Amino acid sequence: MSDTFTKEMARNIYYGGGFAAFLLLLGLTFDTMRVLPERDHRENITPSVAHGKGLWEKNNCVGCHTIMGEGAYFAPELANVYDRYGNGSEEAFKSYLQGWMAAQPLQIQGRRKMPQFNLTSEEVDNLADFLIWTSRINDNDWPPNKQG
Amino acid sequence: MIKFESQMVAKPYFIFALTLFAGQILFGLIMGLQYIIGDFLFPYIPFNVARMIHTNLLLVWIIFGFMGSAYYLVPEEANVELHSPLLAKIMFWVFAAAGVLTILGYLFVPYSELAELTRNELFPTMGREFLEQPTLTKIGIVVVCVAFCYNIGMTILKGRKTVINMVLLTGLVGLAVFFLFAFYNPENLVLDKYFWWWVVHLWVEGVWELILGAILAFTLIKVTGVDREVIEKWLYVIIGLALISGLVGMGHHYFWIGPGEYWLWMGSIFSALEPLPFFMMVVFAFKVVRERKFEHANKIAVTWALGTAVMGFLGAGVWGFLHTLAPVNYFTHGTQITAAHGHLSFFGAYAMIVMTITSYAMPIMRGRPLGNPMSAQKVERFSFWAMCIGMLGITIMLTIAGAWQIALQRMPDDANALSFMVTQEKLIPIYWARLAFGVLFSVGLIAYLVSFFVGSKEAIIAQNNGVTQKAPQEIAGVCCGACDESKAS
Repeated sequence: MSDTFTKEMARNIYYGGGFAAFLLLLGLTFDTMRVLPERDHRENITPSVAHGKGLWEKNNCVGCHTIMGEGAYFAPELANVYDRYGNGSEEAFKSYLQGWMAAQPLQIQGRRKMPQFNLTSEEVDNLADFLIWTSRINDNDWPPNKQG
Repeated sequence: MIKFESQMVAKPYFIFALTLFAGQILFGLIMGLQYIIGDFLFPYIPFNVARMIHTNLLLVWIIFGFMGSAYYLVPEEANVELHSPLLAKIMFWVFAAAGVLTILGYLFVPYSELAELTRNELFPTMGREFLEQPTLTKIGIVVVCVAFCYNIGMTILKGRKTVINMVLLTGLVGLAVFFLFAFYNPENLVLDKYFWWWVVHLWVEGVWELILGAILAFTLIKVTGVDREVIEKWLYVIIGLALISGLVGMGHHYFWIGPGEYWLWMGSIFSALEPLPFFMMVVFAFKVVRERKFEHANKIAVTWALGTAVMGFLGAGVWGFLHTLAPVNYFTHGTQITAAHGHLSFFGAYAMIVMTITSYAMPIMRGRPLGNPMSAQKVERFSFWAMCIGMLGITIMLTIAGAWQIALQRMPDDANALSFMVTQEKLIPIYWARLAFGVLFSVGLIAYLVSFFVGSKEAIIAQNNGVTQKAPQEIAGVCCGACDESKAS
């Protein structure tokens, strides 16, 4: 770097630029917090949805699955699993999930295995409610198709 | 020789970091195989357990490495003894114990039982990617970080406030502060995710880059003797650009998790600039080494420093840019492309910077101011190339896997897209190639660890008599470069 570009100028880029960028981030975050309620439909977070999120975390589901594309890449995306298997019916999805969870681990040699988590049927319903709620978040139309 | 006795507290930090690194790679290999043989080690080590251990060990060993780096370089830069070596030693054992207990918990207790055992329901923070640690462990991490920042901060306060020290301190305090977002876990998944990134993104694409820059600058001063003024100027610009691009660049994580549409623009534009500081780091490192004032006999440390810049640029810069624009990310988000980027960037930027300073500082702490004997450096050089090629191979294979996954599963419409599981089966040949590169990487790591024990006593003495060094008068007999402080402000 040339001598006309002094260390003081470099320091100003760091402190000034860093500070300005952080302020911009704070501003955008403030705005996002304002508009987010319309997009995340938080009014629909029932106790069952909240409990479902707790179960999702307690069993480390994100250690294999992605949810809205985040998590591990070993098992299918689940933010849209309701769209994939629910056929638009919450009841149908819940009974599907009950059967699926009870059947784990599938006895297919060499296939990736999902552990048996021994959830009660009420807990499976909570989990389903959480996934249904998640599928309805406005996420700019992601994923591209129902396979996730 | 070592400038301050208290710098020696860094040694156990580096040793323990490398031990955890070995553990991380072991679990990486297990997962590499589980991607091919789905039920490998099931139900003893399910994939989620292996992954949690793999990623948590990574974070913990990198942080151990950062702490070791700080304990080593801050007293030398500040030109005073460390404020409290005792506190540093105590915190080493606290952090090591918390880390080991947590990993053993992951391994031997089903996760839901671990959550109950540690009373997660009282203050739920578990079960989120990279933040799987029990709340108690998280509190322990905060205690360790606060004690650490206090110790480092007091040292800097007492001594010279060099640019390197100030930048490093900013980074370390930032690391501690942003970790506090790990305790925010609302019922609303969107808010949860939004602020989860304040830990993860603001660490790896924010404050960690300050730490990386400071450690790299320190090592380059030591091994090249280039004027501090020059290096500090570069450091400021590089980390300045890192923050300017990276802070709002966080938007590239906000595309598909709920936040509004303007993030598609903000995230794309700002994060498209993120490769810039990494590119500058490459230019900087090569320029400084080209203009070196002497040939440091610890040649391999110079190689690591250059390698960090190059691999960091490839992993964080090139592979980051590859999928950072919203229209591209729409298809790549959460595929093996993400995994490819994650691997090369973490290795290139953060694993390699820790190995850079380890390679420079460990010999000095072991009484070898001019580095390890050539026989050991040769083994280490092999390990450098094996790990770099291994990781590039892993990355390229994962990129191919990701591209194929997108073509089969993401691009077609609902009627024609293959399911996730069917797609994964088709990728198995690529996963074999990935595993092969993983084995190469592991061979490199083993060679790296072995290199610490290579070289006879005679060879070590011969190396450190300084005869191999074509040193100018002013630094003849000096060695590690620790005495080159004339220009420091």
